[in-house]
Amino acid sequence: MGWAIALHGGAGDIPVTMPPERRQPREAALRHCLDIGVDALKSQKHALDVVELVVRELENNPNFNAGKGSVLTNAGTVEMEACIMDGNTKRCGAVSGLTTVINPISLSRLVMEKTPHIYLAFDGAEAFAREQGVETIDSSHFITPENIERLKQAKEAKRVQIDYSQPIQKDVEKELPAASGGSQLGTVGCVAVDNQGNLAAATSTGGLVNKMVGRIGDTPIIGSGTYANNLCAVSATGKGEAIIRHTVARDVAAVMEFKGLSLKEASAYVVEECVPRGNVGLIAVSASGEVTMPFNTTGMFRACATEDGYSQIGIWTSVE
Amino acid sequence: MGKWAIAVHGGAGVDPNLPVQRQEAAKQLLTRCLNLGISALRSNCPAIDVVELVVRELETDPLFNSGRGSALTENGTVEMEASIMDGPKRRCGAVSGLTTVKNPISLARLVMEKSPHSYLAFSGAEEFARQQGVELFDNEYFITEENVGMLKLAKEANSILFDYRIPNGGFETCSAGAAATDSPLQMNGLPISLYAPETVGCVVVDQEGRCAAATSTGGLMNKRTGRIGDSPLIGAGTYASNLCGVSCTGEGEAIIRATLARDVAAVMEYKGLCLQEAVDFVIKERLDEGQAGLIAVSKNGEVACGFNANGMFRGCATEDGFMEVGIWP
Repeated sequence: MGWAIALHGGAGDIPVTMPPERRQPREAALRHCLDIGVDALKSQKHALDVVELVVRELENNPNFNAGKGSVLTNAGTVEMEACIMDGNTKRCGAVSGLTTVINPISLSRLVMEKTPHIYLAFDGAEAFAREQGVETIDSSHFITPENIERLKQAKEAKRVQIDYSQPIQKDVEKELPAASGGSQLGTVGCVAVDNQGNLAAATSTGGLVNKMVGRIGDTPIIGSGTYANNLCAVSATGKGEAIIRHTVARDVAAVMEFKGLSLKEASAYVVEECVPRGNVGLIAVSASGEVTMPFNTTGMFRACATEDGYSQIGIWTSVE
Repeated sequence: MGKWAIAVHGGAGVDPNLPVQRQEAAKQLLTRCLNLGISALRSNCPAIDVVELVVRELETDPLFNSGRGSALTENGTVEMEASIMDGPKRRCGAVSGLTTVKNPISLARLVMEKSPHSYLAFSGAEEFARQQGVELFDNEYFITEENVGMLKLAKEANSILFDYRIPNGGFETCSAGAAATDSPLQMNGLPISLYAPETVGCVVVDQEGRCAAATSTGGLMNKRTGRIGDSPLIGAGTYASNLCGVSCTGEGEAIIRATLARDVAAVMEYKGLCLQEAVDFVIKERLDEGQAGLIAVSKNGEVACGFNANGMFRGCATEDGFMEVGIWP
């Protein structure tokens, strides 16, 4: 029992050759976000508040693919989406197609709390943001030089990529940020259980590099990228189309409920048996304070901590 | 060689005072759609083709809430959404925020087959539609006089109009004014006692045991522009795997929270329940206070439906000659 928290900055083909100057800021960011999440849990904040504030922090960090630092559509624009879910009530909120909202996760919470709906998108979501008076800014704020370069590469390679897939061979020698492959991260998320046993999950993203305008991924789809009930809270990351088809987040909970597997077993099952290699990672916590962070990609930027003092920050496989 | 089965729906939650001629018109449309599906199945059409062609028929007919005849947004416009899923490899496609596409379900299928993605929405989806050369109409084409009238009443009531929902008790219902199409509305979130159109869907298992599911809707009357419901969300309104195909209808928010369509399959897969048990389980255990219904088929040629609303427009048929169209429990 006791609180537990996990957060991620995206799963994918993160090259082990990532140079320290790229790796360290991200590790530092994960540590910082973990600390603020842990502090909030220690101050008895509700799990829903904790996941929101951690994801806000990740969105604000330009090193991750959410909020500022979001990857670009094939038109060179930013379209952000996010989702939040409260385990006790299964209330949820989701947004897609945001272009000016500084913190998409907070807007998704407002959809949950201030409307009779769950999901608002594009112009309607932007209009709602204005009504609610959330912080908005010109869309150019979210665009970073690394992402412009990444889009250029993807177009040259004619592909749509999780934003840190390995670059095409000829670019490896160049010292461009995107050439190292690991300069940007895919999707951010946070799951938490507080010491009242309340569970919550939150996920936020800019999506896939070079995605079609209007493309929606797994993040805002309840049961795919994000899910929480009274057993567990889950946030997934990776190739959206695969996560949707395998209803990843819901399946972790379903396998726990219907087959009686533990959090770790259920999560490992979904990641290892259900979704093809190279496509998914997830973070999950259970009502009893367990935490797990499996992935079937090269790496996943992640961090977790539990009340009994355990904590971990990692990128590639570690022995668990 | 297995047996085919098909089910269609035109929405859960039915006005108990729905005029008889409306009920008949609905049943005739459902029958016609079933027969279309049955002919296709008898010609060995794969499940994915059958669900698409049946839902196209439902979208084209203005009677239910999809395609032409869709419910209107707060701005008096139509924003349509749909999703389709092919059981064998769990391929899927979804669209939202369509304003000119005559058959949203077909665009959803094109997303599945002709794009690198699973879900496209709003202007991006419309642009894709233009690139794909699908049939397009001005938004006015989709708007019916009846729905314009309904929107006006909904605004006067200043409430979100669900497809319709009859409360389980404890609220007054005005039965007097219910019958005529221009009678006064119920207020304060109570259901409109007028003919109101509904989300549509189709599920099929073909003779090869392949399951597919498709769902299409205009969403809630007087909805905020940009609101997305359960119909385009894989796992909520639509789901198909190698075990079954499911399409849901009713209170979108409740269906999303319950991941209703996925849960039918999950319960079969992880608890070993058969189709009807799975359907009954999710309807009973997963909906809390929400009202919804669903249709489902299994790879073994079974068909099932369930709903906790007071009625659901539905029809089903199996290869061994069973056929039924109904509204009430």
